[in-house]
Amino acid sequence: METVEKTRVATIWLSGCSGCHMSFLDQDELLIDLAKKVKLVYSPIADVKVFPENVDVTLIEGAVANEEQLSLLKRARERTKILISLGDCAVTGNVTALRNAWENSDQAILQRAYIENANVNQQIPTDVPKLLKKVHPLHEVVKVDYFIPGCPPSAGLINYVLTELLAGRTPNMEGRSKYG
Amino acid sequence: MTTTTVTLKIDGLEVTVPEGTMILKAAKDNGIIIPTLCNLEGLSPYGGCRLCLVEISGSPKLFPACITPVSSGMEVTTKSERLTEYRRMAVQMLLAERTHICSVCVANDHCELQSLANQLGVDHVLFERKWTNLEIDSSHDFLVIDRNRCILCTRCIRVCDEIEGVHTLDLKLRGKDSQVIMDLDEHWGSSCSCTSCRKCAKVCPVGAIYIEGEPVSHTKHKDIAEFITERRQRKWKR
Repeated sequence: METVEKTRVATIWLSGCSGCHMSFLDQDELLIDLAKKVKLVYSPIADVKVFPENVDVTLIEGAVANEEQLSLLKRARERTKILISLGDCAVTGNVTALRNAWENSDQAILQRAYIENANVNQQIPTDVPKLLKKVHPLHEVVKVDYFIPGCPPSAGLINYVLTELLAGRTPNMEGRSKYG
Repeated sequence: MTTTTVTLKIDGLEVTVPEGTMILKAAKDNGIIIPTLCNLEGLSPYGGCRLCLVEISGSPKLFPACITPVSSGMEVTTKSERLTEYRRMAVQMLLAERTHICSVCVANDHCELQSLANQLGVDHVLFERKWTNLEIDSSHDFLVIDRNRCILCTRCIRVCDEIEGVHTLDLKLRGKDSQVIMDLDEHWGSSCSCTSCRKCAKVCPVGAIYIEGEPVSHTKHKDIAEFITERRQRKWKR
């Protein structure tokens, strides 16, 4: 039985390489301390299908590249008190957004991957979410409360931000975060 | 020969410098560092990046310290909330103007733009990014230019003209569309004036000009212009 009310934390993996989640897991033994204070209510490492209500902190890795991600991000924003851009794809678009440099990249990228570079079964998949015209960093779509840049951000930085927020303090990123 | 000197105040500190000195240099010589991306000692001032903007009491305008000469009794402020805000904005505009993706850039962790963003606490860009797809020229034996990473500081152009003396590099077009070109907009590999001296790569503050196969940390040597200028004046201080 829980004696203390735990902080409800979620993590989301949009268009990114999962490196930021790896970095999150790289907190190693500090995760044990974190687990005492945190309930992980939604995450690629927790099997929950629908983004829940009343989330205190949501860490989001990756840029917004398709319609499903767009609606998930908007829902997460509605249901979260503190929303954090985790890592460069979420903060700048990073490698995920490199396709923005080409016109009609939502079509061109599929053409390139599934037709031009395919040796067999050349066909563009239709049963997957539609790509957006452009890839966006999170703050172009919703209000973001904190930014943790880095590719990936260090485990120490992620731990610092979470520890501060759990203690009810405002993380001071000055001198800690590194652009890009 | 006597040099006429001028006395002014920078951030409340009284300093005396030779007449005609620019505020940026007067500050630096007195231990006050004003951020800049386009200015480089040994090269003529350019006034392009707007990061060295300072306040001068008595005027509501902001002045670029690299091209504003000192005058007697001047009171200069180099640090204020307003200036920091403008500098943050300038860095964000530079980051938004072209395709600056640090994680895949040769200059990651050795980039003056990136380090300035860190110093100023810029952790994201508020402006919508322009995703440029400009030509990358790797036709030279070892020098490469990626114009998508260029911040148009013109250090490469000035070092090529003023130090190496060949003026292979120059700008074409205007404003945000400006691009560094070789000779009459030829591919670098077929430039007849380029001496392959590498100075452009040494002074590039970002990852726009680099040497193929060489770590940028090894290439960068932005003091080269000042160093050569001093040697030409027979100053052997280092």
